[in-house]
Amino acid sequence: MPDSQIDTLVAEALRIAAPDARIEPATAVDMPTAYVDRDHLVEVCRLLRDAPALQFALLADVTAADFFPAEPRFEVVYHFACLGSAYVTVPGASPAPARRFRLKVRISGADASVPTVTGIYPTANWLERELYDLMGLRFEGHPDLRRILMAEDWVGHPLRKDYPVQIRKDSASWEPIQLSAEEFAENVRATRARAHKAAEKR
Amino acid sequence: MSDIRTETMTVNMGPQHPSTHGVLNLVLQLDGENIVSAEPTIGFLHTGIEKTAEQKKWQQVIPLVERMDYLGAQSNSLAYCLSVERLLGIESQIPDRVVYIRVLIAELQRLASHLVWLGTHGMEIGAISVMMYCFREREQLLNLNEMLAGFRMFPSYIRIGGLREDLPRGFHAAVKEFLDKFPGKLEEYHKLLTKNQVWILRTKGVGYLSKEDTMAMGLAGPMARAVGIPYDVRKTFPYLKYQTFDFIVPTHTDGDVYARYLVKMEEMRQSVSICRQALERITPTGVYDCGDYRFVPPPKDRVYTEMEALIQHFLLYSQGFNVPKGECYVPVEGPRGEHGFYIVSDGTNRPLRVKARAPSYVACQALPKMINGGLIADVIAVIGSTDVVMGDVDR
Repeated sequence: MPDSQIDTLVAEALRIAAPDARIEPATAVDMPTAYVDRDHLVEVCRLLRDAPALQFALLADVTAADFFPAEPRFEVVYHFACLGSAYVTVPGASPAPARRFRLKVRISGADASVPTVTGIYPTANWLERELYDLMGLRFEGHPDLRRILMAEDWVGHPLRKDYPVQIRKDSASWEPIQLSAEEFAENVRATRARAHKAAEKR
Repeated sequence: MSDIRTETMTVNMGPQHPSTHGVLNLVLQLDGENIVSAEPTIGFLHTGIEKTAEQKKWQQVIPLVERMDYLGAQSNSLAYCLSVERLLGIESQIPDRVVYIRVLIAELQRLASHLVWLGTHGMEIGAISVMMYCFREREQLLNLNEMLAGFRMFPSYIRIGGLREDLPRGFHAAVKEFLDKFPGKLEEYHKLLTKNQVWILRTKGVGYLSKEDTMAMGLAGPMARAVGIPYDVRKTFPYLKYQTFDFIVPTHTDGDVYARYLVKMEEMRQSVSICRQALERITPTGVYDCGDYRFVPPPKDRVYTEMEALIQHFLLYSQGFNVPKGECYVPVEGPRGEHGFYIVSDGTNRPLRVKARAPSYVACQALPKMINGGLIADVIAVIGSTDVVMGDVDR
């Protein structure tokens, strides 16, 4: 089945199940894609997993792209996969055809927040934390929204386009070394001298 | 006895622990020997590859992504190249010979990665000799890489639009020699471990994960197949003409460390079979790229003799090529499960976003589910069975 046909199938199924969700199909070369607004994201995700005709069991990835300085600035991207007969999410239902689907949410730079989907796909937990850490997106209702890859006291969100690529920044986690270069050299010299003296005595 | 006061103890396992696969830190709450809770701390190996990739031209990203999952290096570059090729629309122009060479390389890479997994996994729970045996065979695979591209760990041999160069002379014979020897070695590992009572006691019933939890935690790969979800990207969403190869997807239903071990051992056997089939289809010499000189450099003899070829060569290495505006995600079955790159292009010669779907990252997230309630000695067995590579986790 060509991708465009599946595209309409998934978007159509979603439109019937959630008529007020404003699903907007988009074109992509690899898999059917659709936009949804963030108020309906959680509802649509639940449908994608639990509707017997869809059964997208696997949330493969949650990621985002920064289109700075354009507005709306961010696109949060969810990759789903239905595994066909390999995994059935609805007990007793017949397996849905194996296919992939991409859902995207546009959000503005001024209010960069999305509802979390950890309640439906627990795997989103760390994936959303990574986005919070590197992109600075807030996930409303996330159980544990902390930095994950960068240090806890890091300032800024490195994957944002307005974050400089090369940056020199002293880590604030430790006190700077309390020894000057001269003192260090002097210490080394004194240690050597002591060792020499001990060797001579022997 | 009930008035004895007990309290839990916090233990930091890692990031300098030799058995935590690089720099994984687990903060364990212990009640005696039992684990009350575990929290993985990651990020010690974060090198910002995704940010760096945004500054590079499309073809310059390949050596970078190979350093993410450093044990399955060519699985990274394969996934990345497939995504870019799909976005460029040159997927159908890739000759069959290139496709089969890529299959061969991907499967050899899977063998190399699984050998490191088996060696370290065995060593961590006491079977030191298995490590020696596995690294002996992996050495031969690294030699093959060296033959292919002069680089043992990160060959960067798979390029956008094809391969770096043709197969070296003697490559067929070298691969064939390895494939003939390897099944016997695999039997050796089976003899050392599969019915070994100590091995079974250390792994059976340890680190159990239910089918529902596996899916909810997004584990797609050997971990899922060990619990009875027969999902393999090569079968379910075929790429590289895998549908024309004859192989089975091994599954198990126990979902413990031993089941993961059995699944991966069988995967190695299947990989050898796929390698044999691919090798039969590859002619010793022939085309090695798509021949579209907008994306691949012209052959050197033409660069030295023709003006147009020289210009094309120069343009390609100074300015790169533009990729049409859009986005793409083409997953492959990496050694650790579904592995892919989500790439976004704004129509220029540099990517706007490169994001890896890292199987180790999600596996790391699932660690507490497998560890909690178990014994501290089993933590090492569980980490070994998940086969996490910290380069892939932290990126």
